[in-house]
Amino acid sequence: MILPQIEIQIIAALVAMACSILGVFLVLRKMAMISDAISHSILPGIVVGFFITQDLNAPLLIFFAALTGVITVILVEYIQKTELVKEDTAIGLVFPVLFSLGIILITKNASDIHLDVDAVLLGELAFAPFDRIVINEIDLGPKSLWVIGIILLIIIILVGLFYKELKISTFDPSLAAALGFSPVLIHYGLMTVSSVTIVGAFDAVGAILVVALIIAPAAMAYLLTEKLKIMLVLSVLVGVIAAITGYQLAHLLDASIAGSIATILGLFFVLVYLFAPKKGIVARYYRTGRQHLEISLLSLLLHISRHREKEERHVDHLQDHLNWNKSKAKKLLHHAQETGLIEIQNQIISLSPKGKEFAEASINFILENQEHRIALLKRELFLKQ
Amino acid sequence: MWDSLKLIFTDYTVGVITCGTALLGAISGMLGCFAVLKKESLLGDAISHAALPGIVLAFLITGTKSSSGLLIGAFLSALLGLFWIRKIVTKTHLKTDTALGLVLSVFFGFGMVLLTFIQKMPDANQAGLDKFLFGQAATLMVEDVWMMGAVTTLSLFVVILFWKEFKIMLFDKDYAHSIGIKTKLLDALVSLLIVVAIVLGLQTVGVILMSAILLAPAAAARQWTNSLKNMVILAGIFGALSGITGTAISASSAHIPTGPVIVMVAAVIVIISLIFSPERGYLFKQIKHRRNRNDLKLKKTLQLMYNIAVSHKNVYHPHSVKLLNNFRGYSKKSIQQMQRDGWISITGGMWSITPKTFEYITQSKQQQI
Repeated sequence: MILPQIEIQIIAALVAMACSILGVFLVLRKMAMISDAISHSILPGIVVGFFITQDLNAPLLIFFAALTGVITVILVEYIQKTELVKEDTAIGLVFPVLFSLGIILITKNASDIHLDVDAVLLGELAFAPFDRIVINEIDLGPKSLWVIGIILLIIIILVGLFYKELKISTFDPSLAAALGFSPVLIHYGLMTVSSVTIVGAFDAVGAILVVALIIAPAAMAYLLTEKLKIMLVLSVLVGVIAAITGYQLAHLLDASIAGSIATILGLFFVLVYLFAPKKGIVARYYRTGRQHLEISLLSLLLHISRHREKEERHVDHLQDHLNWNKSKAKKLLHHAQETGLIEIQNQIISLSPKGKEFAEASINFILENQEHRIALLKRELFLKQ
Repeated sequence: MWDSLKLIFTDYTVGVITCGTALLGAISGMLGCFAVLKKESLLGDAISHAALPGIVLAFLITGTKSSSGLLIGAFLSALLGLFWIRKIVTKTHLKTDTALGLVLSVFFGFGMVLLTFIQKMPDANQAGLDKFLFGQAATLMVEDVWMMGAVTTLSLFVVILFWKEFKIMLFDKDYAHSIGIKTKLLDALVSLLIVVAIVLGLQTVGVILMSAILLAPAAAARQWTNSLKNMVILAGIFGALSGITGTAISASSAHIPTGPVIVMVAAVIVIISLIFSPERGYLFKQIKHRRNRNDLKLKKTLQLMYNIAVSHKNVYHPHSVKLLNNFRGYSKKSIQQMQRDGWISITGGMWSITPKTFEYITQSKQQQI
């Protein structure tokens, strides 16, 4: 691997870290789409900054763009406060308008600005290492590395300093207000940092990848854990791994780096979506099946325990009484027999001592309105297997 | 401006483009109402981005830039994106905004990867695909306009056919479900129509701005009316108006792309609606607010006067205006207005309440008890 390649990966990893830390808070605050809005609406800021500085990496340009990002947020909230339109409508109205303004500004002055809208949106990480900072003829590395590195440092310091405030205001804004720190201030602080990060990252990785890196790692982490600290760590981890894997994929296919990283993020998400231990589709499917089985077993036991007559306890009778079809009845009887809750003699079902104990206890709980204790009982009895 | 409007009728190409953008504005405005009322305003943004990989794949497979092939690709891809958004929202605890952003960026990113393959093809003219990013109304052909017309008619037909069901579902989904309307099916139908409108708009205004064309007319129309029928019709008119005006402006001067101008025109309509619409508009609300505040101040002062007056044997005994200085809630203007309205009478720096005031306040006090 040659130096530029390593540098690209470092830049990608740093962008991923910065975005995925922010993403956790944006996703938890249900403001994920604001990152999409900011990443589009900074265009006029970039154009105006470019008019003045003629340099796509000038600090002033970043300042202008970040300012447009904050203006976007303020505009969205202002429109929303009038209560004439809903929040998502406000977002959906503000950013295309600002984006249009940017495009019109560019095309109107096409001869003066050599600014490619594609480059802003899609970004080209491959070119990042060629724009270097050289002071006194000493090569200090790529410019974007410095820009995003400083932004990441600021984010880490801010999150570290205001972790508690962020946490409380994210989960309980009224409590935060009651405790004496303004949720509004924290909200705007977060939005400002988001704007700066998106602006700092856009020229290296493009607007779309910024959105992917903000939302996808945090969404995955949220499916894996419910603890904020662990979520932050997981999000950063997933982001960095995806960034590096994505780069390798791009290298392999000779394709767009930003696109490959976004694709990898999508693939990772599908995996987590399907196989997350508790929240994944497979786990949920398994759990629903399990609960289904438990309820059915409970109704079987209660049914048998209420009837002494042999014909009511006949295997074939389940079809009429509990409305089970044959295969379901067979499966459940088999399962109940396995766990030792029932005994079957000459097609007649009777409860085993264990089953009897369970049925009696459940009925008592139901009569005493303590259904929740059945869950404990279930754990004791037939989940032990 | 007038010249550019004339251009629409005299220049054949401009005429075709105007027809196309007007149709697009009308249909997306009307269907946008459903998106806005379903609180799914940003769905359009996600769906239009999700269409990109489909467009590129269609191009890779067919090797041609025929509109219909690309549109079918876009349609399928957008549908897949929509399906995934729905799955994420229903099957996990992730919220809609996260699902939208995720699908939007991942699909678009995948589309970018596919795009790089096209760029490597030896004879590929990728400029044709670029138009889907930012839209190029200038490439609209007569056939495209015919297709837009057909789809518009079809969508209108569906909307009218299921009008009652849509209406009930939009305002009370649970109720709709309880009276036996298949809400899931209708939901899917609405989403399908929105996807169709978006896909149609892609080559005219592009992936990024399509969501605005969907939202803006609907958001503007909402301010003027509380009836769904009027809202849909108004949104259609606003959309068509934005399309026509936008095309006219961009045709009259070189170097201005049509899509962004249409969005700006739509935005102006939204701003006007937000500020000037009667009842809901910002201006009207401010005026009402101020009037209420003045009314309240007046009442407070009157109450104070009444209290002073009833503390004397003769209720209509005059008191000095200066007496009021010790209390809040009175100004020269308000005193004058009260006199004009006949609540008090003033003679030489002395005021007294009128029988009208006495009765009014006594009565309202009794009502309170």
